[in-house]
Amino acid sequence: MTHAPDLTISGQASIDGAALFAPLTLTLAAGQWTCLLGGSGVGKTTILRLIAGLETRAKFLGQITASDGQPVAERVAYMAQDDLLLPWATVAQNVTLGARLRGETSDLARRDRMIARMRLQDHLTKKPAELSGGQRQRVALARTLMEGRPIVLLDEPFSALDARTRADMQDLAAEALQGRTVLLVTHDPAEAARLGQSITVMTPQGLLRCTPPHAPAPRKVDDLETLETQGALLRLLREDAA
Amino acid sequence: MKALSALAATLFALAVWQAIVTLTGLPKFILPGPALVAETWWQNRWLIAEHTWVTAVEVMIGLACGTALGVITALQLANSRAARVLVRPMLVFTQALPVFALAPLLTLWLGYGLWSKVAMAVLIIYFPITSSFFDGLMRTPQGYLDLARTMQASPRAVLWHIRIPAALPSLASGMRLAAVYAPIGAVIGEWVGSSQGLGYLMLLANGRAKTDLMFAAMLTLGVFSVLLHWGMNRATARMAGDGH
Repeated sequence: MTHAPDLTISGQASIDGAALFAPLTLTLAAGQWTCLLGGSGVGKTTILRLIAGLETRAKFLGQITASDGQPVAERVAYMAQDDLLLPWATVAQNVTLGARLRGETSDLARRDRMIARMRLQDHLTKKPAELSGGQRQRVALARTLMEGRPIVLLDEPFSALDARTRADMQDLAAEALQGRTVLLVTHDPAEAARLGQSITVMTPQGLLRCTPPHAPAPRKVDDLETLETQGALLRLLREDAA
Repeated sequence: MKALSALAATLFALAVWQAIVTLTGLPKFILPGPALVAETWWQNRWLIAEHTWVTAVEVMIGLACGTALGVITALQLANSRAARVLVRPMLVFTQALPVFALAPLLTLWLGYGLWSKVAMAVLIIYFPITSSFFDGLMRTPQGYLDLARTMQASPRAVLWHIRIPAALPSLASGMRLAAVYAPIGAVIGEWVGSSQGLGYLMLLANGRAKTDLMFAAMLTLGVFSVLLHWGMNRATARMAGDGH
């Protein structure tokens, strides 16, 4: 993996002439988790998709730059709420999808390391339909790690999981993605409070920077300061909606 | 259990048939009873087998060619906007023409033999295959395409590794429809002009007021179509993802 850069997106977006978000600047610190928290429809997923170089319905005026001056879109790995596992492919094949799509030979030793790290050894030849929601999301994370990209974009990847599995996945992801520039888009204040090394709340008026708890991420689920932050974030979200 | 209920349904149908024959007292050249048809079938089993073989060959070749053509067309349509603009309206238009009307033309062009019937079968299944596979190819879940994009996949790799596999269940349902339609195409072809096949045999028997033979041939065609449909269901089960 190449060194993870700082990432800055600045600009404004509109859909059919109506502003989706006003001019804003968001910086993702190199090698850190930035959590972008907000309600539905404020454009947080649009920001993530713009960085990933994916199509959005919005018209974006502005720029996305990395601190090392290299192009951004080809250095990102993307993980969504839907695990996007191919139902006809086995776990092993899903993990190596990127190499197959680029016509490269898959690094099988590396694949096996990723699979072991995600504790999926026993499921190598299973199809996604045979796995639980948490296992499927671990396969998706293994596939993301396999790409070895310095920038990782997470679009509410844990929101469909039950509370326990979600907390497990948060720990696993925080550990596995250490050292990369991560953008986590979420609507869950608890998730932002546990994982964010930098936390930004997105509102129709703009971005609000919030102070993350002092403990290193991933923070304990019952850490007092984390719970306070979670409460503060939720209050911000509700004020914003009112 | 399934076999048992199929048997019960068959017996019921035969009973209804026999009841109609008995109650109406129609002469056997108008409506023969099941017993007479069974007897005629047995007496003519080699004749019927010979003609069934001819129709079966027409249908199988038609299915193979029609599927291949449909798959190729769908891939071209999915791959190129120009093909969609130019070819698709034509495809819909050909589907709007009654195949019955084309049958004499095909006989004129391709002769009395096998190929005019194969062409009929192809013609009748080409559209369902093409349109079902094409729809499948165009309906790849956006999430897969997004993921592939972030992985820097070429359009060709996306087609091969994602869009085609994702469209296989749609193709499978097109092929299942085709298995039902293809025998109809072949038989229409035989009616219009041929000297062999179940369609020919039915026409011949009818012309000579051998209604029992006509029934025997027709029921054989029915059983053949049902078996073909069943076989196609089995053959496409994996493709359709039934096994998941």
